[in-house]
Amino acid sequence: TKQEILMAHKIFSELQDRENGPYSSRVSMEKIHTLPELKSNPFRKRICHVFSTSDMKDGSLSFEDFLDLLSAFSDSATLEIKSHYAFRIFDFDDDGTLDARDLEKLVNSLTGETDDTRLTGEEMRQLISNILEESDIDKDGTVNLSEFQHVISRSPDFVSSFKIVL
Amino acid sequence: MPKKSDTARKLEDVGIEIDGDVESAEEDKKAKSKGAKKTAAGKRGKAAASEDGEDEDEDDEPPRGRRAANKKKAAHADEEDSDDDIPQRRCAGNRRRGKVRESGRDGENEKSGRKNRKGGNKKKDGKGKGKDKENDKDSDKDEKKKKNSSGDDSKSDEEEESMSEGEMAKLMEEVEEKKKLIANIRIKPWRMRRRLQVLKEAQQFVDKFEGALGKGKGRKLYAYKVMMMKKWIKFQRDFENFRTSCIPWERKIKEVESHFGSSVASYFIFLRWMYGMNLVLFSLTFGLVVIPEVLMGLPYGSISRKTVPREEQATAMDYSVLTDFNGYCKYSVLFYGYYNNQRTIGFLKFRLPLSYLLVGIGTFGYSLMVVIRTMAKNADVGGGDGEDNEFTFAWKMFTSWDYLIGNAETADNKYASITTSFKESIVDEQENQKDENIHLRRFLRVLANFFITCTLGGSGYLIYFVVKRSQDFANMDNLSWYEKNELEIIMSLLGLVGPMLFETIAELEEYHPRIALKWQLGRIFALFLGNLYTFLLALFDEVNSKLEEEESIKNASLWYIKEYYANYSANNPNDTGTPPPMDPADIIRGPCWETTVGIEFVKLTISDIQVTYLTILIGDFLRALIVRFLNYCWCWDLEAGWPSYGEFDISGNVLGLVFNQGMIWMGAFYAPGLLGINVLRLLTSMYYQCWAVMACNVPHARVFKASKSNNFYMGLLLLILFLSLLPVVYTIMSLPPSFDCGPFSGKQRMFDVIMETIDLDLPAFMGTLFSYVANPGLIIPAVLLMVLAIYYLNSVSEAYKNANMELKKKMQMARDEEKNRRNNKDSTNQVMKDLEDLLPNRSPAPPENSAEKKHDQGGKSPKVKPGSAGGGVHLQKDVSLASANPSARGPVTRAPGPRGPGPLPGQPGPGRGQGPPPRRQ
Repeated sequence: TKQEILMAHKIFSELQDRENGPYSSRVSMEKIHTLPELKSNPFRKRICHVFSTSDMKDGSLSFEDFLDLLSAFSDSATLEIKSHYAFRIFDFDDDGTLDARDLEKLVNSLTGETDDTRLTGEEMRQLISNILEESDIDKDGTVNLSEFQHVISRSPDFVSSFKIVL
Repeated sequence: MPKKSDTARKLEDVGIEIDGDVESAEEDKKAKSKGAKKTAAGKRGKAAASEDGEDEDEDDEPPRGRRAANKKKAAHADEEDSDDDIPQRRCAGNRRRGKVRESGRDGENEKSGRKNRKGGNKKKDGKGKGKDKENDKDSDKDEKKKKNSSGDDSKSDEEEESMSEGEMAKLMEEVEEKKKLIANIRIKPWRMRRRLQVLKEAQQFVDKFEGALGKGKGRKLYAYKVMMMKKWIKFQRDFENFRTSCIPWERKIKEVESHFGSSVASYFIFLRWMYGMNLVLFSLTFGLVVIPEVLMGLPYGSISRKTVPREEQATAMDYSVLTDFNGYCKYSVLFYGYYNNQRTIGFLKFRLPLSYLLVGIGTFGYSLMVVIRTMAKNADVGGGDGEDNEFTFAWKMFTSWDYLIGNAETADNKYASITTSFKESIVDEQENQKDENIHLRRFLRVLANFFITCTLGGSGYLIYFVVKRSQDFANMDNLSWYEKNELEIIMSLLGLVGPMLFETIAELEEYHPRIALKWQLGRIFALFLGNLYTFLLALFDEVNSKLEEEESIKNASLWYIKEYYANYSANNPNDTGTPPPMDPADIIRGPCWETTVGIEFVKLTISDIQVTYLTILIGDFLRALIVRFLNYCWCWDLEAGWPSYGEFDISGNVLGLVFNQGMIWMGAFYAPGLLGINVLRLLTSMYYQCWAVMACNVPHARVFKASKSNNFYMGLLLLILFLSLLPVVYTIMSLPPSFDCGPFSGKQRMFDVIMETIDLDLPAFMGTLFSYVANPGLIIPAVLLMVLAIYYLNSVSEAYKNANMELKKKMQMARDEEKNRRNNKDSTNQVMKDLEDLLPNRSPAPPENSAEKKHDQGGKSPKVKPGSAGGGVHLQKDVSLASANPSARGPVTRAPGPRGPGPLPGQPGPGRGQGPPPRRQ
């Protein structure tokens, strides 16, 4: 809605001002990460990369990208949009599928950086093979978007948790 | 030249191939038109000057085209029409015949080039145009054909001035399509820029053709209609904006959300929802019952029911009396007894008793409706069926992060809990639980349940006992404060102690924490419910005794009045006039059980509020203070060790709220003021709890899922609503109202008011109508009909479920097949694949597969667009599922779209055009 967009713009221009003057239309990833909403999100880098349209691949966001981000995470976005973006966020190497390495990274970002919360290698292998077994429908060793969406669409609480509110 | 346009088109196709593939065909078309436009629009301006005989569509096109070219936005299908046209036009000069011929050739060429074009285009003019348009519409997935046909569209445009009927219908359809696109634009996973572009195109298209659509006489009307529609939509949008800005506490809840995750926030959202509902109930009651009574009813002291009795008057203003809701409180609009039984009050002839009854019933009706509607909506949103747990791991993986969390501490907790849950499920998986001492455990569980049953029974008896005792107390004087408030204290204490007791007992059972939580909730629910109902039963006992008492008092009262008048006439026998009325404070009055019930509920609510707030204050705030400040001088770490900070008890709070609401529903009929109290309570507790949770609670160590909880709360609420509906309806239907208080006094039953109204105020035939309707002969068939309808709907849903299962099975089968085929390695030929694509009920896998293949082969394979192939036979969902894959890849493999000003209008192949080689041979 209008208010939301205006608010987003306000926040965005605040971020911009802290940057180098009013001329840059983009805000670097680091600045975006100072938002409280993203500060503690383990996927913040991925989120910026996915939504960025920058040529330099530095994850900086223009205002339109920023709006994109917010609308994808908003309440009114449908499951399809959300799952689409979620997939791309989880796809760490940008190759269009979630393979074992993507999943490993994903698990690591979910369990935090410290060692005591990390899973052991054995557990990790077990976990990943379980996941692939469940969701890899065509058994090619990776999870692609449609498989991902299939899984996600069954999940009861994906829509409610895949949200960022400003 | 055909050659040239062909190459241009090829490039365009390339562009589309990259980003278009994914979306529905309609979208394809647009992308193309966008591409095409850029080639076209620039030249357009030049060409336009020489055009003369165009119809109006064409007329306003040139300026538009130029503008579009400048802005590099907005291409409509119309311009697309002319894309092909332009090169031709250029080389052919202004000679129309030549152009026609040429484009005819063009068409021929293309036809031979592509098999799926039906062709037969060019030579036809006049009617042909409509025809082609038709083709292009019903197969608008097939862009090539479309292109082609559109090519001659514009040509025939020149030859034919007026649009045919069919054309108009088609146009209308297209406009509708665009409108649909505009409406749906939000749900497409595109970049904002792209969305804006498409949106603009579509809007311009709509703008343009909507005006042109209604030709002749209908036109003005149509234009007017369109305008009104736009205004209306705009208004709706503004209203929507306004409404979202009006939602209260959005920021507060958001703050809580970011600290505690979505589950805690769901409690506050629930609280806000309750507040909204209660506000409606409150305004209903106050607007229709309380305020009319205050404004138009008889003033205080005019009749006995509105006056404090003589013997109580001395203490009526005492604080202690007022806090018990006796004295002046008892004889005020807050309670049932104050209302008079006059049929109409005031100069407006407001039928207060009727309104009272209807509002009482309407409260329940409205609540039921709202709760059920919200539940249905939630269920709709929930969508997925969580029943099959085939994806436990994947879910844990993909959906466990709560993106709302914006607090480092919470995030750490979340990490920990996710890790635990991963480990847990791995362990579960590894060793399918080996129960070592099953007998002991079973014994313990039985024991625990025995204890809990004892507790429940005990608490029930305690309440019954206390209510009984309070009846005795009621007849005694000089009671202590405790004795007066014993009932409320006991009930609140039970509500406080019971859950803790249950928790302790539940330790015996050694259930998995998730299951334990469910048991815990169920038991607390049972406890509260049991308490409430024993309370009610005891109250009914009291009411019955009061009813008996009332009979005698009624006689006494009548006798007393008669006596009074007799005395009066005896004392002054000479006075023939009417005696002065008795002081209303002196009249002997009945116990008025309705007011008693109302007072009980109000007291209960108040004490509940007190206990809740005190618990928060002591249990959370004080504890937090102690932990925080004594930690410096203590022998162990208080923050990490035993007392630590409190967690926000979601389930307990929700249950408390729900039960409070239940009491409100029950009591509201007898104490209209209760709703006001409740609104205040919810309002304050919103702020209070928000503060408390932010100030002195820590995030949960264990993670609750917010998802279904919303509907779970609603389910509880619904249950409570039904349970509270029962006693109220029972009293309305079967207990006689008191003879001297309340709006229904003097009637046999409360609902007699309705009969009275029907008899007196409505025309006679309505009365007979009602008597027919109320006839058992009609009611029984109606009930039967409803039962049948339920049965029918039930079986239908059963059938759907079966169909669902069937489809699932088919999908599974198709999947297996696909797997086999893959294993056999790709000797699979394209033809087979195409064939499969056309089969109905095929799993999403094949088309996606073929799409992938296409990519693998460098896009050289004959065009098998998943969308077009599957679209006819598939659910929309399948198509999108299947075809979405390339798009995931698209944006990342390709450099982001042009950001600055795009390529010059004259250039063929806009910025999107890099990527795979042309897919057409």
